[in-house]
Amino acid sequence: MREHPVIEARGWGWRHAGRRHWAVRGLDLVVNAGERVLLLGPSGAGKSTLLAALAGLLRAPESGDEEGRLLVGGVPAAEAPGHAGLVFQDPSSALVMGRVGDEVAFGLENRAVPAAEIWPRVGRALAAVGLSYPLTRSTEQLSGGEQQRLAIADVVAAAPRLWLLDEPTANLDPPGTALVRETLRAVLGRRDNTLVLVEHKVEPALELVERVVVLGAEGALVADGSPAEVFSSHAPALRAAGVWAPGPAPERLSPPRTGGDPVIRAEGVSVRYPGTEFPAVESADLAAYSGQVLALTGPNGSGKSSLALVLASLLAPSAGSVRFLSGGPPGPYTKWRARELVRWVGTVFQEPEHQFVASTVEDELLVGPRRAGASSAAARRRVTELMERLRLTALARANPFTLSGGEKRRLSVATALATEPALLVLDEPTFGQDASTWDELVALLAEQRDAGRAVICVTHDEQLVGALADREARMHAGRLTELAGTRANRSLAERPSGAAALG
Amino acid sequence: MARRPSGEPAVRATSTLSVTASLAGSRLGRFNPAAKLAAAAFVIAGLLASASLVSASVVLGCELLALPVAGVAVRPFLARTWPLPLGAAGVAVANIVASDASPTTIAAISLRLLAIALPGVLAFASTEAVDLADSLVQQLHVPARFAYGALAGLRLLPLLGLEWDLIRRARRARGIDAGGSPWGAASLFASTVYALFVAAVRRATRLALAMDSRGFASRGPRTAARRQVVQAADWALVGSSAAVVAGANVLAVLTGTWHAFLG
Repeated sequence: MREHPVIEARGWGWRHAGRRHWAVRGLDLVVNAGERVLLLGPSGAGKSTLLAALAGLLRAPESGDEEGRLLVGGVPAAEAPGHAGLVFQDPSSALVMGRVGDEVAFGLENRAVPAAEIWPRVGRALAAVGLSYPLTRSTEQLSGGEQQRLAIADVVAAAPRLWLLDEPTANLDPPGTALVRETLRAVLGRRDNTLVLVEHKVEPALELVERVVVLGAEGALVADGSPAEVFSSHAPALRAAGVWAPGPAPERLSPPRTGGDPVIRAEGVSVRYPGTEFPAVESADLAAYSGQVLALTGPNGSGKSSLALVLASLLAPSAGSVRFLSGGPPGPYTKWRARELVRWVGTVFQEPEHQFVASTVEDELLVGPRRAGASSAAARRRVTELMERLRLTALARANPFTLSGGEKRRLSVATALATEPALLVLDEPTFGQDASTWDELVALLAEQRDAGRAVICVTHDEQLVGALADREARMHAGRLTELAGTRANRSLAERPSGAAALG
Repeated sequence: MARRPSGEPAVRATSTLSVTASLAGSRLGRFNPAAKLAAAAFVIAGLLASASLVSASVVLGCELLALPVAGVAVRPFLARTWPLPLGAAGVAVANIVASDASPTTIAAISLRLLAIALPGVLAFASTEAVDLADSLVQQLHVPARFAYGALAGLRLLPLLGLEWDLIRRARRARGIDAGGSPWGAASLFASTVYALFVAAVRRATRLALAMDSRGFASRGPRTAARRQVVQAADWALVGSSAAVVAGANVLAVLTGTWHAFLG
């Protein structure tokens, strides 16, 4: 008898409960034992849906409608939950237990591994991913990269036939990403596992796979073959479809700008959260100038997001001062009323959902101008124009929460632009975006800068810094450590006393 | 304490990590969690039925005498339980001011409150959440889905505080704040609570998926990595709790101070 393929999809389709469109439809795919597949596609192509289904997490009719067949090892995927090992994007929302050892043991208990075997297997799995902490180490105290290695250890311990990795490095900073890639190389290099990997950043993932499968809209198969075949014959089409194909980093749209007048200036700003030992930000001096993009970079936990919140007047510093120098109401910047703030400063959060307060895209865009006191006619004009510019017109009546990832991001940036603020503060604007949305965002932000706004981007995305930033301020352990770009020298000279002064 | 078969790490011996279990390192922390709950339940049941200065003070006295035996040191004990005497004093003051109860009744009510609350607080303060979940499943046969689901949910609670701050900031960034009026404050609060609720459901859904992807969904058998055993000391704890409560009630009846009181 012939052995079953590890994955066999025949005309398979899935529609999530309550949705009109199919996330995946008409998928035919066979993956044999030992094959390592990179699954690509634009955002909304159903990659995560396919992975969840393979992990046995989608069950019809409770969670949606199914058509065709999806078999894992010859058995319908939904009947075999736990037979595949799945690593999610965000490790912090996937951890179950408070202690490292218990976390790995949890998966083994569920799979009814005999109690006497559990702890030896936990120990071997933790060693395999290079986590050398005691078993009682709190999972909360691990860095994001370490938490993701713990999630990988769980899959190692369970030793499933099928490994599923759903953008395992998307939520991590560059050091965390490097750590997880190294771990995956070590763990996968030794084993004869079948792997399906979803990853936006294709190039570093290529060393882990020998086959590339590209899904198009609604999950139709666009390309399938070796990386060389797929990327040589489909490269432009892939990029057009929003897939990050390997190739040179995107080029700068324009030379770095010197910028105009200062729009915001922070002096000696410190941020200390209650109950923490070290300040998140320590005596930071930084300014942003009109017509210039400032990138604020540094590892996770270095304080860059806290500093950005202070610059956006969303967090009061525990020491130091922030002044808005480009107009605005009287009174200290940190005490401005929200309806005043929204006229002068636009902030875009990392997760767009946090900012959505209305039930249609159009109303969402009208919130800012209305709060800022614009006349109804002026607000409508501005919103109509913005929706045209950001290709949201067709979605005007849609609920913001039902948009795709890229659409949500466009909408959240649009809400910040609706009041034509002098300062734009964006937290990881390109996070998790496909290549088309990325191109669009970079062009849009360049346009905002050239319209004379000061733009501050908190980011890990080195390509974004390369393509857009005019200045870069790096943070480490709460301190600004380095400033590169066209303002560095001038601003240091501006402050005669300031050996530590940046910007 | 030879509780774990060889090959299992002595996880509990160094367990001082959990914020809920500041007394987990004491000897009390080594008792079976279900046994501690049972002992506390006897006290609650036995004292809720009656209000007597005699029974309340006998039980409270025995509890305090048992503390050194259970290896509970003074300082961590006070750090954990200082609100209890304050609460009891508050109840006493309220009764003195607002009711015409006799001083004996008021003292009985306050002491009873202390005697009932103390074992419960100690049981939780000396138990790691994960040990409690294990014990609920292994000794009391609570479904694993419920016990470990609740355990994982508990881990998300501190994140809700961060989420609350994030939502408030995102609203300020959109131009929405209380605006200085009570009506504005109330409507901002309501909309923030709603957003928090939505965020909590999304987080919980993601966590449930993560648990199911690790085989938690399968209806098949499950093994236990951390065996919670019931030993002679655990039976002794439950037995002495029952004996003390029963003895205290008998004493109350004999001294004529016992009367049914469910308040």
